[in-house]
Amino acid sequence: MHKSPLSIHGLSVAYQKKPVLRDITFEVPEGNLIGIVGPNGAGKSTLIKAALGLIPRLHGEVTIYGKPYAKQRKLVGYVPQRESVDWDFPTNALDVVMMGRYGHLGWIKRPGSAEKKLAMECLAKVGMADYAGRQISQLSGGQQQRIFLARALAQDATLYVMDEPFVGVDAATEKAIITLLNELKTQGKTVLVVHHDLATVKEYFDWVMLLNVRLVAFGPTEPTFTAQKLQETYGGRLTMLDRESPSALIVNGRSSDVDGSIHLA
Amino acid sequence: MSTALYIWLDPNVQWILFGSMLLGLSSGVIGSFAYLRKQSLMGDALSHAALPGVCIAFMLSGSKSIGLFLLGAAVAGVIATFGIGFITRNSRVKQDAALAIVLTVFFGIGIVLLTRIQHSGNGNQSGLDKFLFGQAASMMLSDVMIMAAISLVLVTVCSLLFKEFKLLSFDPGFARGIGYPVAFMDQLIMFLIVVAVVVGIQAVGVVLMSALLITPAVSARYWTEKLGMMVVLAGLFGALSGLIGTFISASGNNLPTGPLTVLVATAVFALSVAAAPRRGVISKLLLRASVRTQVRREQAEVSGERRNRAV
Repeated sequence: MHKSPLSIHGLSVAYQKKPVLRDITFEVPEGNLIGIVGPNGAGKSTLIKAALGLIPRLHGEVTIYGKPYAKQRKLVGYVPQRESVDWDFPTNALDVVMMGRYGHLGWIKRPGSAEKKLAMECLAKVGMADYAGRQISQLSGGQQQRIFLARALAQDATLYVMDEPFVGVDAATEKAIITLLNELKTQGKTVLVVHHDLATVKEYFDWVMLLNVRLVAFGPTEPTFTAQKLQETYGGRLTMLDRESPSALIVNGRSSDVDGSIHLA
Repeated sequence: MSTALYIWLDPNVQWILFGSMLLGLSSGVIGSFAYLRKQSLMGDALSHAALPGVCIAFMLSGSKSIGLFLLGAAVAGVIATFGIGFITRNSRVKQDAALAIVLTVFFGIGIVLLTRIQHSGNGNQSGLDKFLFGQAASMMLSDVMIMAAISLVLVTVCSLLFKEFKLLSFDPGFARGIGYPVAFMDQLIMFLIVVAVVVGIQAVGVVLMSALLITPAVSARYWTEKLGMMVVLAGLFGALSGLIGTFISASGNNLPTGPLTVLVATAVFALSVAAAPRRGVISKLLLRASVRTQVRREQAEVSGERRNRAV
């Protein structure tokens, strides 16, 4: 029977007493590029962390291809936020990419020439083959992001989950990443991306999820990513620049954003 | 000179030097991971927390057995880490403040217990006061044997789980994602730190033990960009510090070993900060100077060309 790559039922998550996600239910269709958008504090990162069991959840069920995540780890590739690690760590780019193989290697066994070869291929796919031996703190933000992406590729997964891969990268890297994501899609893989730039949603993603503590909408981008649903997601904090094209939206200035994060954080 | 030679030849001293070296080695190795995981202060808290654990182990058993001390220190260490976690989770107190509170409370209790033991008239208590600053000369052959065994276990665990510890130190979120039991491994590393502390308690003492955990690791980081090399270097620097510190202490001047060992480790650190290639201060100054002259030369060439064109 055909099973959804990621299916979540009735998921709620709270930090301390504050609920950050309430009763989230959805099923991800296979072979799509899916964007998750929502305001600051909407629980976008929390959603994927809870789905991957990185943080405890209050309620809810998560299945990956019909089974609990613990049994399906090797099918999932994860790209954390770049700022989540200290890049002044004594290691080089190739070594970080090889970490993508650790889950397959099992305990104690060290990576060998097969892992090295695969890691080099993944580095080449993100255009970083020349930087294999480079100490990771000597890489630019965009290059570090590509290294994380290459590490996820090395996991050889069928479902990829990425937390804000486009933050703080230059235009060239953004283009390289989106090309790679499309390539994954043509291979029939499913990619979930936490995204913050509303302007590129229509261009990048087949499906979109609008999230603000609750699931506002989830579906194919064209019918889902509408002005009305965005208003619903972002509250009164969205201003339409151009009534004729509903995709031309801009998040309101700083004051309302701060205001909003007090409610939501 | 003749006394120095005599010290080297004394089999007792040889054992003690060997023990101090092992201690430096194992604390350097596990200290590397503690440092990279930004748990330098945790090492300090755990070593101070070990004191009441060791005292209670002694009071209950009445004997100075390293095995029981390890147990006591481990229990105290676990309570301390839970205490720090509890305070951080359930109050607005941040981790650094929680560390400071727990560290001082445990150390205070430890001193109270230590004083009680000293006034209790237990004939077996002599040498327990050396646990504060260490006196390697008080080690016996049996102590050194146990230290050697424990160090061997510690270094073996670290080398077998090198890959796992590396990923855990660099990216714990990713490690959890691929199914590593991160909470268990956190506790394992804490426990290994406690083990290193207990091994070092006689030679270096609880007060300065954290310096032997962290200083060699920080020094080693200056010399290399590879984790494997860093761990090996930290072990070597630690061993060297233990060896030289104990040697000076054993030279008959009756200075406590801990402070001397720490001073040697700090000297290695100072040397590393100054002279290490790439990261060291001197090499950075040289690099900047060479870049400056290069830029100046290029600018001179450019303005020279401009002048030529104008003429």
